[in-house]
Amino acid sequence: MSTVPVAQLSDEQAVQDLQACPRVAKMFKLQWEEVQQSWVLLYPEGMVKLNGSAGEIMSRLDGNTSIQTLISTLEQQFETTGLQADVLDFLTIAKRQGWVKL
Amino acid sequence: MNANATPITNVANTVTPPGPPLWLLAEVTYKCPLHCVFCYNPVDYAQTGPELSTEDWLRVLREARAAGSVQCGFSGGEPLVRDDLEILVAEAHRLGFYTNLLTSGVGLTEARAAALKQAGLDHVQLSFQDSTKELNDFLSHTKTFDLKRRTADLIKSHDWPMVLNCVIHRLNIDYIEQIIDLAVELGAEYLELANSQYYSWAELNRDHLLPSREQLERAERVTNACREKYGDKIRIIFVVPDYYEKRPKKCMNGWGNVFLTVTPDGTALPCHTAKMLKGITFPSVRNMGVSDIWYQSKAFNFYRGDSWMKDPCRTCHDKEKDLGGCRCQALMLTGDAANADPVCDKSPMHHRVTEAVAYAQIPDGQRENVKPLVFRDLKNSRLPML
Repeated sequence: MSTVPVAQLSDEQAVQDLQACPRVAKMFKLQWEEVQQSWVLLYPEGMVKLNGSAGEIMSRLDGNTSIQTLISTLEQQFETTGLQADVLDFLTIAKRQGWVKL
Repeated sequence: MNANATPITNVANTVTPPGPPLWLLAEVTYKCPLHCVFCYNPVDYAQTGPELSTEDWLRVLREARAAGSVQCGFSGGEPLVRDDLEILVAEAHRLGFYTNLLTSGVGLTEARAAALKQAGLDHVQLSFQDSTKELNDFLSHTKTFDLKRRTADLIKSHDWPMVLNCVIHRLNIDYIEQIIDLAVELGAEYLELANSQYYSWAELNRDHLLPSREQLERAERVTNACREKYGDKIRIIFVVPDYYEKRPKKCMNGWGNVFLTVTPDGTALPCHTAKMLKGITFPSVRNMGVSDIWYQSKAFNFYRGDSWMKDPCRTCHDKEKDLGGCRCQALMLTGDAANADPVCDKSPMHHRVTEAVAYAQIPDGQRENVKPLVFRDLKNSRLPML
């Protein structure tokens, strides 16, 4: 049961394609946990507790929404700009962990 | 830290409130068609009270979920022995649990698999049976293989992720490569090669089960070679027996920290073997709610924090890291559950572990007065010596 790791990213695995439409991988179940006040990823006999921004991203992945659209939505919702690098970094980690499929 | 110089107000046990009981292990029955010599069920399970009813379990599931449990394991015994398993899984799923079935596969028919799928079961962990009895047909791919093949096909055809669990010990550890090959052939996503831990039946049979250092090292080499060979095809988890460690495990990630086990008769435990701690009265879900059990009961607070610790743990720099190891192991090997787990080489009783390890280096053929293996069954469970 761990929180999201902060990892140094290597270029070859980095998620870059803004038109890709990621989804939560089949092995994982994403849900909001009221008691923990956070989004969690559940998998066979385990749980990953997502931090705030990771939860905001993961909970919007449906396999139909492009990364580009996802970034715009987040920037609008949180009234900010320049989220692209953070979103791509997180998706790269999430892909490497096997949490998302592109 | 010099305890004498510390103001008394700071000496008081400042226990951080525990998080929710994230893991609920529902041991729905002790009935089991198998007789594994390494079973962790209590050796006196024959004396356990009547099983919880369907209604009781449904209430426990609701209470645990409300208290924040997210993972639910249906275990036993063999959980498929209960014919209301589908009802329990359906409710757990409806409540938002991630549902795991821990089974030997015996009793998993096509009809039951379909019903469990419909109930929302998320995952099946398939365990190997008692390999001492079936080592031969296991290796020759006969009876066991057929059962595992059938069960694995059922699991796959219902699109469940499959974790294969095999308890490793002295009698099967030399066949680890065949076990890994079989797991790959069956299409398992994960393979847990969990060395037997010496509790309950496994403790009775410890001298038969504890591998030699040479066996262990070979098994790790073979496992690593297989990891390279199979790459992403399968993830292999190899758990070493803690008798070969110098520092104890952080057992259950802390007493009453993450895990809640409910036994077939409704006893609530902070781990599946804690019932052996006879000095503690464990609460029952029959007359106490899950939240009160977790946060308020004396039993679940018994070994929280560190005020219960004795030396060498009390003053040890690593006490946060391992919390003094396992209370059950401390009890079994030193006679006092509050002692340091003697796996730790700082324990004055560490020799209890090293003596067992030394005995494990003696080849089977050179041993004298060897007691026979004790199989987990009702008859043996009623023997007064256990």
